Amino acid sequence: MTELEVNGARQRVAAHPDTPLLYVLRNELGLVGTRFGCGNGQCGACFVLIDGRAMASCDTPLSFVIGKRITTIEGLEGEHAVQKALVKHQAAQCGYCMSGIVMSAVSLLSKNSKPAESEVREALDRNLCRCGSHNRVVRAILDAR
Amino acid sequence: MLAEKPAALTDARRLSQRVHFERDGTVSIASGKVELGQGIATALLQIAAEELDVEISRIRLLPASTATSPDEGVTSGSLSIQDGGKALREACAKVRRLLLEKAARRFDVPLQELRVEDGTIRGRDIKVSYWEFAEDEGEIPGDAPVKPQAAYTVVGASVPRVDLPRKFAGEASYVHDMVIPGMLHARVVRPSKAFKHLLTVPDVPGVKVVRDGSFLGVLGEREEEAIAAAAKLRAKCTWEEGPPVPDDMPTWLKAHVTERIISKANADAAAKARGVKRLQASYTKPAIAHASIGPSCAIARWKGDKLEVWSHTQGIFGLRQDLAKILSMREEDIVVTHVEGAGCYGHNGADDVALDAALLARGANGRPVRLQWMREDEFAWEPYGAAMAFELEGAVDESGRIVSWRHEFWSNGHTHRPGRAKLPTLTAAAHLAKPFEIAPAVNPALPAGGADRNCIPIYDFADLLVVNNYVREMPLRSSSLRSLGAFGNVFAIESFMDECAAAVGADPVEFRLKHLTDARGRAVIEKAAEAFRAFRKTENRGRGIAFAKYKNLGAYCAVVAEVEATHELRVTRLVAAVDVGLPVNPDGVANQIEGGCIQAASWTLKEAYRPGVVGWEDYPILKFSEVPRVEVLLLKSSEKSVGAGECTMGPVAAAVANALYDALGVRVRDLPLTPDRIAAAI
Repeated sequence: MTELEVNGARQRVAAHPDTPLLYVLRNELGLVGTRFGCGNGQCGACFVLIDGRAMASCDTPLSFVIGKRITTIEGLEGEHAVQKALVKHQAAQCGYCMSGIVMSAVSLLSKNSKPAESEVREALDRNLCRCGSHNRVVRAILDAR
Repeated sequence: MLAEKPAALTDARRLSQRVHFERDGTVSIASGKVELGQGIATALLQIAAEELDVEISRIRLLPASTATSPDEGVTSGSLSIQDGGKALREACAKVRRLLLEKAARRFDVPLQELRVEDGTIRGRDIKVSYWEFAEDEGEIPGDAPVKPQAAYTVVGASVPRVDLPRKFAGEASYVHDMVIPGMLHARVVRPSKAFKHLLTVPDVPGVKVVRDGSFLGVLGEREEEAIAAAAKLRAKCTWEEGPPVPDDMPTWLKAHVTERIISKANADAAAKARGVKRLQASYTKPAIAHASIGPSCAIARWKGDKLEVWSHTQGIFGLRQDLAKILSMREEDIVVTHVEGAGCYGHNGADDVALDAALLARGANGRPVRLQWMREDEFAWEPYGAAMAFELEGAVDESGRIVSWRHEFWSNGHTHRPGRAKLPTLTAAAHLAKPFEIAPAVNPALPAGGADRNCIPIYDFADLLVVNNYVREMPLRSSSLRSLGAFGNVFAIESFMDECAAAVGADPVEFRLKHLTDARGRAVIEKAAEAFRAFRKTENRGRGIAFAKYKNLGAYCAVVAEVEATHELRVTRLVAAVDVGLPVNPDGVANQIEGGCIQAASWTLKEAYRPGVVGWEDYPILKFSEVPRVEVLLLKSSEKSVGAGECTMGPVAAAVANALYDALGVRVRDLPLTPDRIAAAI
């Protein structure tokens, strides 16, 4: 068994230490808000916060996150300002990429509370969106500052 | 060629199948149309709320299922509002009328003295709710007028999407997130290119393998185990390679024509003879991947001889038909239920993965099996938007008017959806021990069309010939991608319009208006032209305009693009003027238009699918820092509502190519407009 800290709680999981964190979150802990997109950190759909930094969970092995703080979208306190702003701006179509985008935005705002538009876009370049919701997302994040 | 589906309501067996009053004071609505991320669920609820006079918060849209839903065909072609919305509107109007008639009889008052407020029928000293007597249905009234537009309060308002809060919250929202007790995880084992046969399968201890001929997959108790086992097998299996995909698809298509179809011929030799300036140009577009962010996923479970499938297919009934054919079953022994997936933009791997899951579940002893394709499976095995080639010729007379226009194009079919042909279309069917011949991709009939969508210009040209060269053989399997052939046809037509305008020194806006009598078309061009005229040119920057009426019968859309061409081409601004008739949800329409503009810009600047792509580094799409500013100008209209999701695709491509010409004076006629192509043209 491996012990993890997920969303502020200690969790014991049975997965092999080589297992990508994503599958442990989704299948062992039932935290399905973190989505599978590519399996090698290229699209951002599976981003979680690891010690406050947005990182891909699909290619991060369990062994790497032992002793670190893991926050998934389910672990954000209440409805985060970013999530409220996304609803206000109706900033999605299919929404599949949105969990990862929320985590990138939360990570950005925790380090830089007043990012410029160009900084928001640069921070989100690791998140792919196929529906073309980019500009609404950017407006929402600027609104959530 | 395919006939259009019949009107949606004719398939609704009963009214109560569509509108059902629940005991908890809510209303359940059934629709055959499904949510693809386009916001249709919210728009349908608005329509139901409007016609029933029930608050939208009381209404729920049931999941579409072959067990309970009306067969409304496929959710595609920007038709959901037009057809599905109309069917639902009429059904709700009938229900409202039926209940009002019953109330009038019960209280012995004229119908005109009754009104409805949030599902409660009121009159003088009368107060009775729909739910109190909805169970006894009575005769469906033949005459049930729908509300006049002037009375709308919910339709036409920007109601927030009902599904978005839970998606932003990361709640279970997609078939990918479904968990059924006892569920196994599966993966398929396929190479990253087309193959003829699976030759050898190594023995990997401890792995549960399911094989049927050349179809191969694995089952695991844990998802990561299934993934690892499939990767191990994929590395060691051997396949006999399929035929290579030609490097030069346009040339290949021209050499493999199955049928030459005259889409439109209006010969006018006298007009043609007036031409004093003749032009010709060739254009191409490559195969383009749907490239949904979430790879396709399905869950399947066998209960004896019966099969249940949960899928993000766009057509539950069509999928069921193909599953029945391939699995030698009766359709009534299969239930396909829709659960949302990642945005599809057309026919992605959704249907194929459902057959894969059903085949793999055969090895699961009745346990449910969840199969998600890996990223490389999706890139390698989804059907693509077809590659196309175009040749245009035009003649302009002394007065600067086009008097002769010829448009010929070459393409595979643009529809390979299941359930439409005698033969199946699903990938795994060709790989089974008893393999099926696979149906070719075909084209829906004009006026909507497939490869030929938007091939007939709506400008007034006296001498006109439009030819569709259908190619049956598919080096790359193709199927519906957002706007089908309209993307390429409009790119070619609207690029060539600019070339003709430039040849006679005409202004691109005036030149288009000179050839267009359609008032709504002229209105969107005039609206977009405000941005076109306001643009101030500087070095390396340019503007371009393009226009189309989607399918020649849907939304009108004119796009102005502004670009900056340095070491690469950047689209800095897109302005889309659009007339979709009465928008059911204006903000929903704007969202679709914005998304369509950005996706089209991505196709235009970057995208071309070649076999061997396994990840995003091989198939880049537009990123946050690269997307243009997008402004949507929605023209006020009370005309019939039409879909908005696809009308921008072609106009964006041509407007960007025209803007590139304005910026650098070079014409690039092959998509995508990459730095290499631009450098070669200079």
